[in-house]
Amino acid sequence: MRVLPSGTTSLLVELDDLDAVLALSAALRASPPVGLVDLVPAARTVLVVADVRLTSLAALEATVRRTSLLPVAEQRGELVEVPVTYGGPDLSATAERLDCSTDELVRRHTAHDWRVAFCGFAPGFAYLTSPSWPHDVPRHPSPRVRVPPGSVALAGEFSGVYPRPSPGGWQVIGQTDLAVFDVDRSPAALLRPGCRVRFVEVSR
Amino acid sequence: MTLVVVETGPLTTVQDAGRPGQAEAGVGRSGACDRRSYALANRLVGNEPGAAVLEITLGGLVLSSDADVVLATTGARCAGSWPHNAPTTLRAGQPLRLGIPPGGVRTYLAVRGGITTGPVLGSRSTDVLSGLGPPIVSAGDRLPVGPPAGPMGSVDVAPVADPASGEVTVRVSPGPRRDWFPDSAWSRLVSVAYEVGSDSNRVGLRLAGPPLERAHPGELPSEGMVRGALQVPPAGGPVLMLADHPVTGGYPVIGYVDDPDVDLCAQLRPGQRVRFRA
Repeated sequence: MRVLPSGTTSLLVELDDLDAVLALSAALRASPPVGLVDLVPAARTVLVVADVRLTSLAALEATVRRTSLLPVAEQRGELVEVPVTYGGPDLSATAERLDCSTDELVRRHTAHDWRVAFCGFAPGFAYLTSPSWPHDVPRHPSPRVRVPPGSVALAGEFSGVYPRPSPGGWQVIGQTDLAVFDVDRSPAALLRPGCRVRFVEVSR
Repeated sequence: MTLVVVETGPLTTVQDAGRPGQAEAGVGRSGACDRRSYALANRLVGNEPGAAVLEITLGGLVLSSDADVVLATTGARCAGSWPHNAPTTLRAGQPLRLGIPPGGVRTYLAVRGGITTGPVLGSRSTDVLSGLGPPIVSAGDRLPVGPPAGPMGSVDVAPVADPASGEVTVRVSPGPRRDWFPDSAWSRLVSVAYEVGSDSNRVGLRLAGPPLERAHPGELPSEGMVRGALQVPPAGGPVLMLADHPVTGGYPVIGYVDDPDVDLCAQLRPGQRVRFRA
């Protein structure tokens, strides 16, 4: 663990890998330090944002360093089922690139639970990872101007669901009716860091 | 009670203390860009600290009220006869006209009782990057005002300096990726003056000046940031993140402006110069 300076109100904690990110953010979420305002997990880092009227960054850093990581296997995140109609514009091209049939791609996507590693890009956009997903899927060389909301997609080691219409470079392999982000619902974001996610095929 | 917007100028939004605590879900903090002026405006009219106000960019706002109401402006001092940093009663039906400020960018207009437009995710702030919050204020809008929350303060005029029009110096400290840059780049950052670009907004200030070359090639996985971050894209000068910055960014952050000084940066106009003091 490396704690990097990040201004007068936050610390950037750099970790070895995404598992360690999940483990540290789960532990801090389970017992939030005094004065914690925000946690921003990302691929290799966790940003810890403080209310410096309630704590000092030095005290917060000491707490973070004392925190024992919560192994992913012991994290009991909420399970969210995402019903998917597979068949997006990139389904067959992606299957071809991964050297399998579209049936096999759908089977692999639905076979194992995914976990929300972190959010970013847009409110409610979750980056999902799965130890059982071995693929590294390239993005479109130039992003689409508009990806419809509910698009289920792949990029790199991640899967994701577009919360609302936006430009995007991920390979779209399906569509869900589930509103993954809704400001009139509490919580607004259905897929929050630590949640487990299961894709379920509806039809094709 | 209702405020009726007649004209808005270049950009007027509703702002409060924003949406802290939701960054994990990809929701940025947003809120007033110059938090100090925002807090003062609410204090002057006896509002709760988190009450919603109008953030007026480069003046031009005209509005009226359907009842007598106490208002206070802070931040950039607009041209015209309206008293600044001083709670003042606007009579029902009389127009309030805020001219263009000769210095500074953002004026905060607090109304006693606060603006009570429906909150989104716990805040009435318009986030221009994510689109969350109420729409940008436009002519013809009717803005609801709440009941007074507490007694008026005893301050007639708050003795605060107007935003500076000349060169401004702010404090900076090394950021998480300082080591992606050679010492010469850091020395340059803390010795030369940067000019605020005209494409700056609530997301960030684009700064023009000598380039900051990298010592470390390669790509950075996106990582979390807060306001005050000085992010260095591959081409061009650094970007200083303000209230509506993205939750995460993929360019290295060489340094951070001290949080209180970000309020000063939020008042920098295009063409104005800023220096970073280590």
